[in-house]
Amino acid sequence: MILLNNITKQFGKLRALDEVNLDISLGKSYALLGPNGSGKTTLIKSILGLVVPTSGTILFDGKSIANECDYRARIGYMPQIGHFPQNMKIGQLIDMMKNIRGEAIDIDDDLIRDFKLYSMYDKPMHALSGGTRQKVSAALAFMFKAPVLILDEPTAGLDPLSVEILKEKICAERGIGKVLLITSHILSDLDDLAGEVIYIQDGKVQYNDSIQSLKTDTREKRLGKAIASWLEQQQFISNVTK
Amino acid sequence: MKKILLLLLLTAVVFSYAGATVIEVGSNKMIKNIREAINKAKPYDTIVVYGGIYKEKQIKIEKPLTLIGRNNPILDGEHQYEILNIQANNVRITGFTFQNTGISSMEDLAAIKVSNVKNVIIEDNKVINAFFGIYFAHCKKSVVRNNVLTATAKEEHQIGNGIHMWQSDSMHIAGNHISGHRDGIYFEFVTNSLIENNRSDYNLRYGLHFMFSHDDTYKNNYFGKNGAGVAVMYTKGVKMLNNFFEENWGDASYGLLLKDIRDSEVLGNQFIKNSIAIYMEGSSRILFKQNVFKENGYGIRLQASCDENDFVRNNFQLNTFDIATNGNLVLNRINGNFWDRYEGYDLNKDGVGDVPYRPVSLYAMVVERVPAAVLLWRSFLVFLIDRAEKALPVVTPENLKDESPSMRPYDFTK
Amino acid sequence: MGRILKYVFYDLLKTRFLLFYTLFLFVSTFAMFQLDSDPNKVILSLMSIVLMVMPLISIVFATIHFYNSYEFIELMLAQPIDRKVVFLSEYLGVALSLSSAFLLGTGIPILFYGVSDSAVMLLVVGTLLTIVFVSLAFLSSVLTRDKAKAIGIALLFWFYFSLIYDGLLLWVIYTFSDYPLEKVTLALVSLNPVDLGRIMMLLTLDVSALMGYTGAFYRAFFGSYAGLVFSVGILLLWIFVPTYFSIRIFSRKDL
Repeated sequence: MILLNNITKQFGKLRALDEVNLDISLGKSYALLGPNGSGKTTLIKSILGLVVPTSGTILFDGKSIANECDYRARIGYMPQIGHFPQNMKIGQLIDMMKNIRGEAIDIDDDLIRDFKLYSMYDKPMHALSGGTRQKVSAALAFMFKAPVLILDEPTAGLDPLSVEILKEKICAERGIGKVLLITSHILSDLDDLAGEVIYIQDGKVQYNDSIQSLKTDTREKRLGKAIASWLEQQQFISNVTK
Repeated sequence: MKKILLLLLLTAVVFSYAGATVIEVGSNKMIKNIREAINKAKPYDTIVVYGGIYKEKQIKIEKPLTLIGRNNPILDGEHQYEILNIQANNVRITGFTFQNTGISSMEDLAAIKVSNVKNVIIEDNKVINAFFGIYFAHCKKSVVRNNVLTATAKEEHQIGNGIHMWQSDSMHIAGNHISGHRDGIYFEFVTNSLIENNRSDYNLRYGLHFMFSHDDTYKNNYFGKNGAGVAVMYTKGVKMLNNFFEENWGDASYGLLLKDIRDSEVLGNQFIKNSIAIYMEGSSRILFKQNVFKENGYGIRLQASCDENDFVRNNFQLNTFDIATNGNLVLNRINGNFWDRYEGYDLNKDGVGDVPYRPVSLYAMVVERVPAAVLLWRSFLVFLIDRAEKALPVVTPENLKDESPSMRPYDFTK
Repeated sequence: MGRILKYVFYDLLKTRFLLFYTLFLFVSTFAMFQLDSDPNKVILSLMSIVLMVMPLISIVFATIHFYNSYEFIELMLAQPIDRKVVFLSEYLGVALSLSSAFLLGTGIPILFYGVSDSAVMLLVVGTLLTIVFVSLAFLSSVLTRDKAKAIGIALLFWFYFSLIYDGLLLWVIYTFSDYPLEKVTLALVSLNPVDLGRIMMLLTLDVSALMGYTGAFYRAFFGSYAGLVFSVGILLLWIFVPTYFSIRIFSRKDL
């Protein structure tokens, strides 16, 4: 579905992505993990075309995304921090997105309803709390029934109840075979949501396999523990080879 | 007053002889041409010429006569001849149209040429497409009044002057309208004369041009849209009163160019929309008072060779530069003028600004030295440097200033 | 494009600045006509506004607007919309609304008090200069991510074209005054949109300023039909070239 070939991104002296190769395939759900500043967001933005790679190509459905924009119609994106025009109201924002996407006929308003955003339609964006803004952001990502969902820290800042609503929604989407790419610091969340794990560090992909095999390899039951012990293994191996 | 008395006397003399014989000329009269009538006439007779076209080559008048045109007789020079040549005193010519004189580079062919005589009156005639219009040489006490002279030449060398006078004295030029000639009015060695209420416009070179013509007075004349404005030179005792100098545009066009003029007065004139309202060089002891300088490129452009001139109670409004100079001259006096750029205050409310005004801007001096700098006119930079210079004069002449600038423009119509 | 442009306009109108700007121009133009009986003098005063104040307001407002719209731009770029379309919508939105604010604010009083050649030229030059400075504002906005830095660059542009450039020009003219400079200065003036606009206006307004042999040369050039076409052409270049580079930079920019 999405193919990354030798993607490198250089920000001045900093190499945010270093020869990344990834194959994100149909029907699978990926957890994108890594420490702060490891390149997760850069990777996501590269796929969305918000960041232009220094070298390498990204193929979406076999077609390069360079200078393309139409493929984004098939991606629902929830950014880490949702930036919205401050002087718009929630309702106006949602209407505008419908209008701009031009896909107004058949939209998925589950999250708008479940997050009770309909009752806040007249609230301007600048008056919203961080959590509410996240809810709007999530609602927009799911609204257009895109086959690919890219969620950057979707649960950050949400109250526990809303986290559950969102997780349920993600699960449901996963259930109908959508491609999911999710980053999160809260690994326990990802346990239920993702089947695959991609671990990147210093711009390099360190691990890319199913969560199940990671757990098997490390003999851990939970993703968090599994990652931690896998990292310890790696550390040990590199010490030995030195 | 003396001149008016003289005029009255002159008129009385003419009228006293008007009772003499009247000879009529016309296509249905006994006498068909003017030359024949002149030959038959005795001195002080009157010849009345009726409408029609008369092509009689050069007509000479050698005795005192009055020629009156009725129903617009036209004297045609057929592009070859001088039309009328007057060589007698006390001749009066009125009511004719003169047209199509010859054009010559050798001699000054004129519609009416008057020489070596006095008491000649040329009045209410039309002169169309003449090489020279009305031409006087070595004459005295003559009058040129209410004539209309028009020409349509394109090049200066194809045309002579409208009213041309040489070596004459006590002349009176009034109410004429001259256009399309080389110089509208041209004087050389013409003294003690009065030039008033004339209109000189669209002439190829100067509206008025004189040299060595002392003690003449110019009153209520209009000089506008002439190729190079008005230029006067090498003269003393000139009085210019209430004249209008307007729209003399062009690279080298002056409202009034003064070169070596001394002991003169320029009072109550209006200079509007000229490239340079007054350009002076080598001129001294001239009083400029109650003039209006409005919307000119330069109000006054003063060359370093001028001294002891006085600029008093004039209005300077909307000029690009009020005064420019190429030197550091302080030998002229500027006092009590109105400057629209003046930004001083008047605490005691006596109508006079409490701080002096410096009419020469730094930028004007820059442009004087480097003409290409004119491109920066009205830019923010020029605004700033002029402000800075006003606050702290470094380059502009320290003493060239108006100590008592007027707070309000003078109303000279009162 | 139209749909996005609509939201850009909507956003611009919400800030109310444009309304104040239009009113400011309207009231001051009206007041000038009321206080001064000579319409040419009013046009002269307006000319200082058009040459000094308007470029400043245009460039600062456009830069600030670009950064205030950053969220909107980011949101749009995650949608299936071409970057060029987003950028041009923002650009056109600002350029069109600023120039119509000028045309309304200044144009209505002028219509009311009498249209003259110089007034028409004022409106033409004002509109073109507004758009030129919006282009420069967008260029400075895409050159950096930092809002303060971008406003700094924008102010520098304004300062350079309003003052520094003329200082350099004067220096050149003064230093090489012994050489025939007419053609050189003509070329140099074309490199500054403010100077060009000023001279276009001077020729309809203050012909007296351009005299002498040098003046006659410029008048013959700029006063002719070809000169007018040339001047407008150069100003259009001043609009298109910065915009072209801004689009190029923007389409490769990381957000």
